[in-house]
Amino acid sequence: MIRFSHVVKEYPRTGLALQDVTFRVNKGEFAFLTGPSGAGKSTILRLVIVEETPTAGEVRVSGSLTSSLPRKEIPRLRRKIGVVFQDFRLLEDRTAEENVAFALEVTGAPRDAISARVSRLLTQVGLASKGTSYPKELSGGEQQRVAIARALVNDPVLLVADEPTGNLDDRATRGVFQLLRDINAAGPAVLMATHNLELVKRTDYRVIEVNRGQLVFDSAEGNGAGVVSTSTPT
Amino acid sequence: MRLTFREVMLGVRRSPLLSTLSVVTIAFSLFAFGLFGLLVLNVDRALRGVEEHVEIVAFLADGTLPEAVSAAMGDISAFPEVALVQQVSPEQALARARAELPEFQDVFDASFLPPSIEVRLKEGHRDPVSVKDVTQRIQTYPFVDDVRYGEDWVKKLYDIRNIAGAAGIALGLLFAAVAVIIIGTTIRMTVLARSREISIMRLVGATDGFVRRPFLVDGFLKGLVGGLLALLLTWGASSVISHNLIQTSFFDPGIATLGVIGGGIIGLLGSALSVGRHLRRV
Ligand SMILES: Nc1ncnc2c1ncn2[C@@H]1O[C@H](COP(=O)(O)OP(=O)(O)O)[C@@H](O)[C@H]1O
Ligand SMILES: [Mg+2]
Repeated sequence: MIRFSHVVKEYPRTGLALQDVTFRVNKGEFAFLTGPSGAGKSTILRLVIVEETPTAGEVRVSGSLTSSLPRKEIPRLRRKIGVVFQDFRLLEDRTAEENVAFALEVTGAPRDAISARVSRLLTQVGLASKGTSYPKELSGGEQQRVAIARALVNDPVLLVADEPTGNLDDRATRGVFQLLRDINAAGPAVLMATHNLELVKRTDYRVIEVNRGQLVFDSAEGNGAGVVSTSTPT
Repeated sequence: MRLTFREVMLGVRRSPLLSTLSVVTIAFSLFAFGLFGLLVLNVDRALRGVEEHVEIVAFLADGTLPEAVSAAMGDISAFPEVALVQQVSPEQALARARAELPEFQDVFDASFLPPSIEVRLKEGHRDPVSVKDVTQRIQTYPFVDDVRYGEDWVKKLYDIRNIAGAAGIALGLLFAAVAVIIIGTTIRMTVLARSREISIMRLVGATDGFVRRPFLVDGFLKGLVGGLLALLLTWGASSVISHNLIQTSFFDPGIATLGVIGGGIIGLLGSALSVGRHLRRV
């Protein structure tokens, strides 16, 4: 599903963000991406969704080598990947329904198919009654659920979440995490960046830890240079 | 499409001033084309009327032999530009003068008038250059005393037409360039204002074409509105002139439609030129 081999990412002004990162995430797998702030988690996720391409090494997502993917093929790949962020990234001037529908309209989905699909997705994330609310009328947890519903519109094979619970209180965090687990159970692989170690320890999901741009631990390999619990969340 | 139009309306609401400015400059551009186009059109019509009467008259020297004259007439009628050649005797010339000019009413003796040859040119060869060319060739006959044609004012009309045409094109292009620049600025601002939305669109898998489309439609529509406005202005100007100065004719519907579509194309071009560049920065 995701395959990084010897990936190096260098940003023009800030220098090396990733050095020689190699890992893979399989179909249907749930994997945490942990590490302190600035470790390179978001960079890895941006490489997965082809917002960036590696400076060296290879990133393969759903079979495509991202660095040689023609620009016009990128949207097609993105539709196979759902993305969720810490800050939700909803459009404030649109209701929950409209935010979800937007993602379908953008892909040119037929109009009559949209509303049925939107209400099904909102029901799936537990927001059936909040469809006509605007983001600012929703709690953080609810906003993130809208964002997750939006990420699911195209039946993705992979869900990428960058600190999805970073702005949420404990209760909302548990709810959103459970939702992601349910989604994963239904099929899509999930790669979730977080530094919420409570969450990580509660399950026996795969853990990939990065620090200063290097992969320091991968529970699937058992070659950890560091231990999960020593990570310092910031 | 529904989404596209919603975006367009949103854009107009967000920056009404720039939107208006875009429309107005496109309108000015086409108004300039239109006004000078009208001038060219009307001068052309006038010239066509005038040209039908363009005649070259060659006055013959006294005592020219009739055989020489008819040989020359044969030559001249073989010129590719020439439609008709006819000889005018002094008597015919006098009769014509008496009919047209009051001061000849009392003149009965035709002998002071030289015999002449009148040459009429074919359509498409009545422009000053051809006229002059044929005139010069006729002048080479030794028995031709003098050649006359309505040289000065025909040439003047032509000059006016050409200068007006060039001025119209230059001014129109200038306004079109300004319109393109203003549309580019509008797009830059819109892209900035909507960068969040655009990045979300990309994230959920919108194609470049899809992201770009509202901007192109927006430019095209503004251009069409500008074109209509220009048509209205030009038509207004034309009827003001018709009522107060001289009767003018207006563009036929085909040309007018083409002008409005031209506005759309200016708008589309303005958008197409800048949208890719600005979107890449988001
Ligand atoms: N867009 C960017 N441009 C330049 N440098 C960046 C950019 N994004 C991240 N970085 C740098 O790359 C490093 C890793 O950042 P990031 O991937 O955001 O880490 P994390 O998500 O683990 O906090 C940091 O040093 C950061 O300053
Ligand atoms: Mg981050």
